[in-house]
Amino acid sequence: MGDKTGILITYREALKQALREALLSDDRVFLVGEDVGRYGGAFAVSKGLLQEFGPERIMDAPLSESGFTGAGIGAALAGMRPIVEVMTVNFSLLAMDQIVNNAATLLHMSGGQLNVPVVIRMGCGIGRQLAAQHSHSWEPLYAHIPGLIVLSVGTHEDARGMLLSALKSPDPVVIFEYTYMLNLEKEIPADAGAVDITRAKVRREGRNISIITYGAGVYKALDAAAELAAAGIEAEVLDLRVLRPLDEASVVASVAKTHRALVVEEAWRSGGFAAEISARIMEKAFYELDAPVQRLCGVEAPIPYPKHLEDASVPQIADIVNAVKKMIRP
Amino acid sequence: MIEFRMPSLGADMEAGTLREWKVKPGDTVERGDIIADVETMKGIIEIEVFDAGVVEQLLVKEDEKVPVGTVMALIRPAGETAAPKPAERHVYETFKSIVNVKEEIPPVPAPVHEGLRASPLARRIAAENHLDLSTVQGSGEGGAITREDVEKAIAERDIRLKPRPAEPATAPAASTENIRMAVAAAMSKSNREIPHYYLETSIDMSKALAWLAGANRQRPVAKRLLPVVLLIKATAKALREFPDLNAVWENGLQRKAEINIGFVISLRTGGLIVPAIRNADKKSPDDLMETLTDLIPRARALKLRSSDLSESTITLTNLGDDGADAVFGVIYPPQVAIVGFGGIREQPVAENGLIGVRPVLRATLAGDHRATDGLTGSRFLAALQQLLQQPETL
Repeated sequence: MGDKTGILITYREALKQALREALLSDDRVFLVGEDVGRYGGAFAVSKGLLQEFGPERIMDAPLSESGFTGAGIGAALAGMRPIVEVMTVNFSLLAMDQIVNNAATLLHMSGGQLNVPVVIRMGCGIGRQLAAQHSHSWEPLYAHIPGLIVLSVGTHEDARGMLLSALKSPDPVVIFEYTYMLNLEKEIPADAGAVDITRAKVRREGRNISIITYGAGVYKALDAAAELAAAGIEAEVLDLRVLRPLDEASVVASVAKTHRALVVEEAWRSGGFAAEISARIMEKAFYELDAPVQRLCGVEAPIPYPKHLEDASVPQIADIVNAVKKMIRP
Repeated sequence: MIEFRMPSLGADMEAGTLREWKVKPGDTVERGDIIADVETMKGIIEIEVFDAGVVEQLLVKEDEKVPVGTVMALIRPAGETAAPKPAERHVYETFKSIVNVKEEIPPVPAPVHEGLRASPLARRIAAENHLDLSTVQGSGEGGAITREDVEKAIAERDIRLKPRPAEPATAPAASTENIRMAVAAAMSKSNREIPHYYLETSIDMSKALAWLAGANRQRPVAKRLLPVVLLIKATAKALREFPDLNAVWENGLQRKAEINIGFVISLRTGGLIVPAIRNADKKSPDDLMETLTDLIPRARALKLRSSDLSESTITLTNLGDDGADAVFGVIYPPQVAIVGFGGIREQPVAENGLIGVRPVLRATLAGDHRATDGLTGSRFLAALQQLLQQPETL
């Protein structure tokens, strides 16, 4: 059936195509957020959609994250399939009350009567010199909350497909998109579309170590794995993709195969998601371990503005390569 | 049957006291009827019922204080016929008794190697293959033993063991758990039945160690002697003079003709195993060393012949240089004595009015007081001491 020839596409374009497909295929879908319409999106992800779909479906909201996120939740309760865009994750703290106290809990508190099929997209991550105002890795904050489905878009394939699957979910989905990857070009199948949003995915097979990561860590880990292969080390790269509910089985399966694990994330180390992965490995795969689980995480400081300091504040390819080598050949 | 429970009358309420029942068994109640007064920290509150039916049974007495959620009364819904009352409780009791019978056996904990750095995976593989991790060189971080090290060691061991012909009459498949249970049973019996006496003497080992250093200089590395062979030989020779210690207590003292020293080998996975060194008094130190070299790895791999295990006439436990200063053994029944050696330590020793520093070994004897008296044991230790002063004669 499908067309398997590859097309070269930016991460931004993949996100936009997904939005467009969603708007075309279901007229309950609408996009609401700051600057999503007239301005075409703070990062130009929704450029041209206002002209194509009109102001009823591409809605510019005032600077009121709590307000328009709450409106999205209300619309979802009323049968719509809203996509709420929070420009960058730092602003999402203003909407967190709506997300955590309403979206995540209504199904539970209504005894199963009210589900909230809202999708909340957030631009996030580090690497565009947006400093401590707009550079955050707060996936762990949301992954902590039962009642949410938390997705991390680490590849172009997922940029093209995760939104479509999220809109099929009866429950609230938070999607983390990485602004520094927007201009990055990668090849995806021409017929790429909806993807599974329940499982982690092995992006590269290997037998010496599992590099477990998500989001901005995925391509970095893949580049590091390619470099390590040249040095004779076969690293497996596991992209977690779904931070909640966590696909623990895939983590355990990978560690059972490689017996070593390095967890890479840009979020701060203390109480981060790598800590959770590490703990799960201890609980479920302790007797498979041939070396202590290691973590590479963000340096625990507000993200700096200067480029060299920004780079130094999160794990880079060379850091991953070094950490792996140290674990395998101490 | 509807269960009427102590309601929660506020988030902080944990229990309530029933002050008064407003109904009695047989009364018909409607939804909304007040059926009881309950006293809480906030005062006396009237409690209503949310179902219609006939009060079957009141389970809580007036002035009784019960936790929130406790069933206070049973109400038969309108239209349902009376059920046999005791059924529910009976079923519960039966269930409870079934649960109690099925006691869970706690899982056997994984073997622990104190002070050894090895990855969990390496430990698991070693345990599964009866490999003694202390013999493995670690190549991991900080010298930790990794899977690769263990797999290499197993492969090497298997190559070493393979060329040998199938060993006759191997001991019944011993597992570390079985060994633990066997040790437990034997030691409990010993402590229960054998009245132990304990003696200790300090032995100057300078002559023995000097002789050993000289002797080893003439031997290739693989054939070099350890101090323990002198201890075994001296013990065996001393026993010739004290046959009452080389004996068993079974309906009285029965001396044994052969001097077969049971040599305690501790297993790194826990427990210990005591193979016999047969006719130890007739073996030269080199023969004894060879015997040990054969016996220890086989013992640790749990690959002993049954004869290795059943022939000992006395037990010798040697803690080695990493061990404690002295050991006071528990006799392995039906034997009547156990000789113990601590680590050899440099000690100040007074001799002829002068103080010198000497390597000193603390030798102990635990004897069965039914079989021998302290005097015999004391003379035996003196003989042992004498023999170790003339190592060349051993």
